[in-house]
Formats: sequence, structure tokens, C-alpha cells
Amino acid sequence: MKRALIWLPLGLFGVLFAVVAAGLMRPADTAIHSTLVDKPLPSFRLGPMVPGKPGLASSDFASGKPRLLNVFASWCIPCIAEAPQLMALKARGVPIDAIAIHDKGPAIAAFLRRNGDPYGAIGDDSRSRVQMALGSSGVPETFLIDGHGRIVRQYIGDIRADQVDQIVRDWAAAR
Amino acid sequence: MIAEAGLAALWFAAMLAALQLLLGVLALRRKDAAGEQAMAAIGPVAIVQGALVAIAMAALIAVFLNTDLSVKLVAENSHSAKPWIYKFAGAWGNHEGSMLLWVTILGAGGALVAWKERTLDRPTHVATLAAQGAIALGFYAFLLFASNPFARLNPAPIEGQGLNPLLQDPGLAFHPPTLYAGYVGLSVAFSFAVGALVTGQVGPAFARAMRPWVLGAWVLLTIGITAGSYWAYYELGWGGWWFWDPVENASLMPWLAATALLHSVNVLAARDGLRAWTVMLAVVAFSMSMIGTFLVRSGILTSVHAFAVDPRRGAFILALLGIYIGGALALFGARIGQVRAGRSFAFVSREGGLVVNNLLLSVILGIVLIGTLYPLVAAGFGVRLSVGPPFFHAAAGPIALALVAVMAVGPALRWRSDEAEAVLIRMLWPMVAAAGTFALMLTLTGGMGMLSLLGLSFGVGLIVASVLPITRRNWRRTPLPIWGMVVAHVGLGVSMIGMACDSAFTAERLVALYPGQATIVGPWRVKLDRIYPNVGPNWSALEARLTATRDGDGATLRPQQRFFTDPPTTTSESAIATRWDGQLYTVLGQQDAATGRWQLRLWWKPFVTLIWLGGALIALGGLLALVGRWFKAWQQRRREALWG
Repeated sequence: MKRALIWLPLGLFGVLFAVVAAGLMRPADTAIHSTLVDKPLPSFRLGPMVPGKPGLASSDFASGKPRLLNVFASWCIPCIAEAPQLMALKARGVPIDAIAIHDKGPAIAAFLRRNGDPYGAIGDDSRSRVQMALGSSGVPETFLIDGHGRIVRQYIGDIRADQVDQIVRDWAAAR
Repeated sequence: MIAEAGLAALWFAAMLAALQLLLGVLALRRKDAAGEQAMAAIGPVAIVQGALVAIAMAALIAVFLNTDLSVKLVAENSHSAKPWIYKFAGAWGNHEGSMLLWVTILGAGGALVAWKERTLDRPTHVATLAAQGAIALGFYAFLLFASNPFARLNPAPIEGQGLNPLLQDPGLAFHPPTLYAGYVGLSVAFSFAVGALVTGQVGPAFARAMRPWVLGAWVLLTIGITAGSYWAYYELGWGGWWFWDPVENASLMPWLAATALLHSVNVLAARDGLRAWTVMLAVVAFSMSMIGTFLVRSGILTSVHAFAVDPRRGAFILALLGIYIGGALALFGARIGQVRAGRSFAFVSREGGLVVNNLLLSVILGIVLIGTLYPLVAAGFGVRLSVGPPFFHAAAGPIALALVAVMAVGPALRWRSDEAEAVLIRMLWPMVAAAGTFALMLTLTGGMGMLSLLGLSFGVGLIVASVLPITRRNWRRTPLPIWGMVVAHVGLGVSMIGMACDSAFTAERLVALYPGQATIVGPWRVKLDRIYPNVGPNWSALEARLTATRDGDGATLRPQQRFFTDPPTTTSESAIATRWDGQLYTVLGQQDAATGRWQLRLWWKPFVTLIWLGGALIALGGLLALVGRWFKAWQQRRREALWG
């Protein structure tokens, strides 16, 4: 018994070492898993932001075809960076709608004139209530919603050029 | 030039550490003239090594104070606009600098052991120095090959990236060096244990040699942890004082082992008992220090405290851990059989109580370790979770209460053998005090949680039990170490009362106010007078002026939302009003864009300061014991010198 007790600490250390070494070897898991994936879009109805473009409601996403929902603002710098990617997505046939947070119509109109307008509809989320309900914590973020109003993917941060192909694939798979 | 001098000093120190190890091996294995020379040389080598690494540390501090931006570390972590005290403290506010601080204390420890240790037999002394050199060697290698603090940056940037504003605080200048001195002070105990295992000389002489190191390191760890907790409390603005964050746990685990060790070493020194326990705990304590260092630098655990390091460095440290801890534990297994068992004792006795003490502390240590590593193990199985206060309170809370009960009884137990009935009679007053507090609080206050209620009652019982040993003694003739024990145990009781009051009686209010409006929190009425801008050396802020009043008492508080530019960060500076019966803690939040009201978070925390006052008392108790023993040793030497 005493012998076992004497070697016990070394044994425990061996186990600890193995656990930690395994932890080190595993590649760092930096993906953020959205908890809203597979959940239905929260219900909302937002007024229009700019003249000539309709506002946005959650019911618009139950049309049977998957759509992208982009959260942006005119004062958001990374949104300028991702604008070309959004135009590219629109050119490849992916429908995109948006909600604009903490913003005003004229500023959004100016932003769209400068950076291009890939959006079908833009909802006025001035109090960022819908953004919060979506679990989004910043701009820009983009959600892929399937034809039945369920959230399929969440892309946090500006969409980079190398992500465009993947998003098109995801959108195609969501049909 | 200074940076290169520092790097050169570091290399030389590393080479001396290797020499120290070789000399030790030579001295122990050869009994001839070469062995004799090695034995004579190892002391001076250790002293010079300590001096050299101290020069390296001084060089790093110098380049930070000069804001030498051609040194990569300075460019990444400092800024010319920073106040000098934070430039100074910035030297260790990063991974490489803090590792250099680690080896500096390691080297200084070895130097002190070489210089000052006189009572230990020569072979064990030499083995200890060799072990210290071996440990230093591994960490020097890590610094020189994987974490060079003196790396240059060419071309030098115009300005540094700044120090994390959360760290620009007086607490920073104070908390890490104290803590590190504690961690690495335990390395000396580890080296003593390894030395004693090598030579087989585990006895009272070994314990007496090791004791001041254990006490000193433990006192510093206690101060470091207490200071760290208070700093987190007022700096982070959450009103909490312990978050069971991996880095906090990394400091708690060596402390738990060191507490058990310091009790064990006393038994070994006084009664020649608990030999195996003492050696094992000495190995475990520094092992926990090293594991803690590894956990926060390898990136395997996320933590608010963690240095930004990569897995390659983690692998290096893990390899060092494997060699040192595995080696020491293997040595223990192989050699402890040679060490004869010390004097035996009955179960109901002071020694028996201390064995139970050791066991309970080890269990708590195990619980904290498991809780800290559990997320890592779970992630291996694809389960993502975090382990927080609910687990630690539920698992460690009851064990801690049992430990407090043993602490209360311990000093009243006689050495060697005692009678259970007699002990129970001695415990009458503490039990009455605890039961009385329990009943009183149960009737006076409604919703006190069971853990808080028991914590409060046991804390009171512990204080009464702790002063019992001196109530019947002549206070002026009571040895200082006994006072140390009393003060430290009372300190823990005081801390527990503070913790229980904080968790049970804290009143919290989260409000949004217009300037001019007031709200109530606890017994206080707090009015938001106005919000205005303020400015500091490297920050600007929005400050709130709050007027707080209660029966015949008032306070003005100025919490801030502070904005730094390098790096761009916003911090919340809480404002605290301290009274004898608690603290009013205020935090300013954001302004609501729609209504223009300001968010305020207010807490009234009764008796929360007892937590850190208790911590300070615990450290003071240890200090009294340390001073007491030094004084006694000094008196002894004087007496011998006078009377021959």
C-alpha cells in the first residue's frame, strides 16, 4: 500500500502530462460557433431606410429561396472593405438584403452611391434591436437564411475576397 | 548597447548555471581533491550567477525606462508618454520580461542559499545548489532560445504600441514581483528536497534549513495573491474579488501546497515527524508553480490574464516540466524508501491533526487543478464548457470548512498523543461562539446561503479558537512564532467573515440616471450630480460626480470611463468609498443614446474589506514567525560567540 502511495504522485503527473500534451498538439480551435445556427430568424418588421427601397421583415425570408442578410452602417469602415465582395456575390446571383443600425437615410444613400448597392431591401434598425435579436455584436456581420426563415450560417466580420466562393457554395447548398 | 550587455550577462549566467550543476555532480561523486575543489567552488559560482542574471534584469529595466524602441519588447509593450513607474513595471508586464524576472529570482535564491546557509551538512547543501542550477538551466534555455527579451527591431519604430491600460496601475508595480518571488522562492524548497533525497539526509536539520525559505516564499505568495485580488476588485469594475480564472488558480495552487508544506516543515523541525510528507510537499509546491507558469503561457487555456504566447513555447515549457517534475517525483519514488520513518505519533495528536490538514489541503489543491484543467480535457472530447465559481464553491467549499474546523482544533492538540475528550473540552468556547453566530445570523437575517452562514460561523469559531493558546500565557514571554500562528489563523477567520458577508449581504443597483437624479443602494442615497470631461497623462475620460449620503455620513465619488489612445482602449475606473463597515463601489457605464441617461452600477458591500485585511493578517503572521526564528537564531549565534 505504501509503495503504491509513493508512486502515485508520479503516476498522476504522467496522466496530467499526457492530457496537457494532447491539448497542445490539437490545433487551436478559433472558429466561433454561432448559437443561432438552425434557429428560426427572430420575427421583425423594419421600415425603409432610403427612398425607393423597401423595408425588411422576417416574413420576406420565408419565400422559399435562401437569402443573405447583411448587418451594416454607413459609419462602418470594414463595411466599405466588404462592399466589393457583396457586389460580387450579387453578380453571382445571391440575393442580399440588409439592416442598417444606428444610421440615417441620407448617410446610407451616400454610402450606397460611393460603394455600390447590392441590396434588395434595407431595413431601418436605428435602435439595433434586430441586430441584438440576431445575436450579432458588431458590424459587419452577414447571415445566410434558408428559404424557410432558418439561420444557416453566420459570417462575422467583413467578407474577404477569398470567402466569396465559399459563401456562394453555402448558398447553393441551402436551397 | 545596454540590451546587448544584458543578453551577454544572461548567457554568462546560463553557462554558470551549467557549471553549478556539473560542480555539484562532481563534488558528490568524487571524494578526492577534485571533489573537494568542486565543493568549495560551487558556492561562489552560484553567487556570481545570481549577480549576472540580476544585471540582465537591470538591463531590461533600463531599456524600458529609456523607452529604447529598437528593442522589440519595448516597442511592443511600452510608449514614450507612459509615466515612468509604468515604464519600470512594464519591463515585467509581458511574457519575456516576466520570464526574465522568474530566472532572476531563481538565481538570487541560489545565491542566497550559497551565501547564507550555514546549518546544513555540506553534501546536502551542495546537492541543493546543484538542483537549483539544474532548474535555472532549463529556464535559461527557454529564455535564450524561445523568448529572448533583448531581441532587436530594425528599423526602430517611432513610437511604441503601449502597455495594456488595465495594467497601468500601482497594483501592477507591486503584484507580480511579489508573486514571482513567492513562486520561485518555492524553487529553493524544491531544490532542498531534491538535495535531501539525493543524500538521504531528511531530518530536523534539513527542515530548519528549508523553513525560512518556505515561510518567506509563502508570505510573499500570500501578499501577492491578496494584492492581486484587491487589484482585480477595484480595477476590473465587476465588484468581484476572485474569478477562479486559470491564472488566479495558478497562484492559488502553489499557495495551498506551500501552506501544507510550512506546517509539515515545522513538524519535521520540531518533532522529526512527517518526513515523507515534507519532501513530497516541497516537490509539489514548486511543481505547481511551474505548472501554473506553463498554463498561462502556452495558450492552451484562455484567460483574461494569459500572455499571448504560442503552443511552441508551451511545448518547450511542457518538456521542462516533464524533466523537472517527473524527475523529482521519480527520485522521490526511488529514494524515499531509504529515508527511515520519523518518530511515530497517535492519530489524536498535533502531528495527526497536521496530517489531516495536509490531506485536506491536498484535496482542495486537487479540486482546483481538476477544475482548471477540465475545460481542456472536455475540449478533447468535443465538449465546450467552462468551469466557474459554482463548481469551485460546491466542491471546495465544504472541504474548506472541514479544514477550518481542523485549524481551530490543531493548536489545542498536544504533540505525540492526546485524548479526544480533553480536546473537546478545550474547544468549548470556539464551539459556543460558532453555534451562537449560526443561531444569531439565522434569526437576524433571512436569506443567507448555507455556505455563507457556515463560513461566517466557522470564521468566528476559528478566531476564538486561535486566540486560546495565548490567553493563558504571559504575552511578553510568548515566542514570536506562536504569535505568528495566532495572527495568521485569526487572519483566515477574518477573511472568511469578509467573504461570507460579501456574498450574503451585498446590495446591488443597476440604474440609468439623468444628472440630478438619485437612487438608493443599501443604506445609501446616491445622487448623480453631473458628468464632465477629465484628462490625465495618457488618457482622457468622462467623469461622473456622485454624492452619496446615509445617516450622518457622506461621500463624493468620481467614477470614470477612461479612454486611452495607445493602444486604443476604454476602461472603467471605479470609485470606492470605504467605511468601517463596508465599501460603496460605483461604476459609470455608457450613456443611453436615445434617452440621454447615464448607466450607473452601484454596490454596497458590507465588511468586504475584511477579506483583504484577513489576507494581510495571514501574511503578517507568517512574517512574525519568520522574524521570530531569525531573531532566535541570531541570539543563539551571539550567545555562542560570547560564551564560546
